[in-house]
Amino acid sequence: MSMEKVIIIGSGPAGHTAAIYAARAELTPLLFEGRIPGGQLMLTTEVENFPGFPGGAQGPEMMELFRKQSQRFGTRIVADDVVAVDFSVRPFLVKTADAEYHAESLIVSTGATAMWLDVPGEKKYGGRGVSACATCDGFFFKGKKIIVVGGGDSAMEEATFLTRFAESVTVIVRREELRASKIMQERARANSKILFVWNSEVKEIVGDGTRVTGVKLFDNKTNVMSELATDGVFVAIGHKPNTELFAGKLELDTKGYVVTQPHSTRTSVEGVFAAGDVADHYYRQAITAAGTGCMAAIDAERWLASRE
Amino acid sequence: MMTFPYKIHMLELTSSNFDSSVLASSSAVLVDFWAPWCGPCKMMGPIVEQLAGEMPDVVFGKVNVDDHGELAQRYNILSIPTFLVFKGGHVADQFSGVMPAEALKARIEKYL
Repeated sequence: MSMEKVIIIGSGPAGHTAAIYAARAELTPLLFEGRIPGGQLMLTTEVENFPGFPGGAQGPEMMELFRKQSQRFGTRIVADDVVAVDFSVRPFLVKTADAEYHAESLIVSTGATAMWLDVPGEKKYGGRGVSACATCDGFFFKGKKIIVVGGGDSAMEEATFLTRFAESVTVIVRREELRASKIMQERARANSKILFVWNSEVKEIVGDGTRVTGVKLFDNKTNVMSELATDGVFVAIGHKPNTELFAGKLELDTKGYVVTQPHSTRTSVEGVFAAGDVADHYYRQAITAAGTGCMAAIDAERWLASRE
Repeated sequence: MMTFPYKIHMLELTSSNFDSSVLASSSAVLVDFWAPWCGPCKMMGPIVEQLAGEMPDVVFGKVNVDDHGELAQRYNILSIPTFLVFKGGHVADQFSGVMPAEALKARIEKYL
């Protein structure tokens, strides 16, 4: 039975930073990057707030650099998805579709995924006017009228970005105020192409069979349904943590995020550490994910040393 | 991983060669609509390239929507990456977004 000192699940900034630190501590980490590697930065274009990149960097290119750096120090990368874990045995058991791995310690950095509305028409018109990636699809809506659903920072960012292409961007907000930070709100409100519809929920996405033509809106103050014509629907209603693997195995909060001890990456299971967005619904930045990835590697290293 | 442009087995499709390479093809054709500024397209690039190497019975082509907007428009592309499967000159299937190699392969195999 091959035995790893530390297994890292996830290949975003948290996972690779943990790998860099663990590899340099001679723990020869094994990192599962998944069949779709790189995390949320793969869905962005320009990253302008990561220190050390004064001219900005493309998200996917930045992830290639992270990956190279963790390989440079001896991280072994498996291009497969983990399908099950067992924390009730020591060493811990990690399974892919066709192999089993054993590890003394484990770092969970599986990140988070953008949520969908889960309303009729959304799947049918996916890629036909419904999008969760403004930077990918905005290009196709030159001179069109589109909507953005959501009231947080990512909704404001998408709406502002989309005004480069669209004739108008209507932001559909469930409440009568925005969750977004002040600077993002001000930027969006100052943009004459951006309109807001308050207290409203998208209940259905309608189309002509080949593309989106509108949405059905429910006003939760007046209880009135209405229809709004639109060429595109961009969904930016937040994220959910990728913790299906850990349900019932690690303590999760009510939203499904891994619970860690204060000022630490320790989880409810001794020897299992969590880093990045999977344990953070508050900061959610590449740099904070990298920071907690570093913490997780140091926590794992000291925990392993304490048992020798 | 994640290198561009595609190296092997991929046709660079343009308005002038699209009809002869795709519509007139006797084999099934997978067309990848992409752009260099699209992160998910970069994730799918090496996967499509890998399948192009593994599936000799299928023609693989790519359309850079920046350079060939008229092809994107002709096929109503509103999202990238979008994949179209052509069979006998007609669109047999259309789907968008990132997916693992096996899922893309299974989707193409339905048209062999």
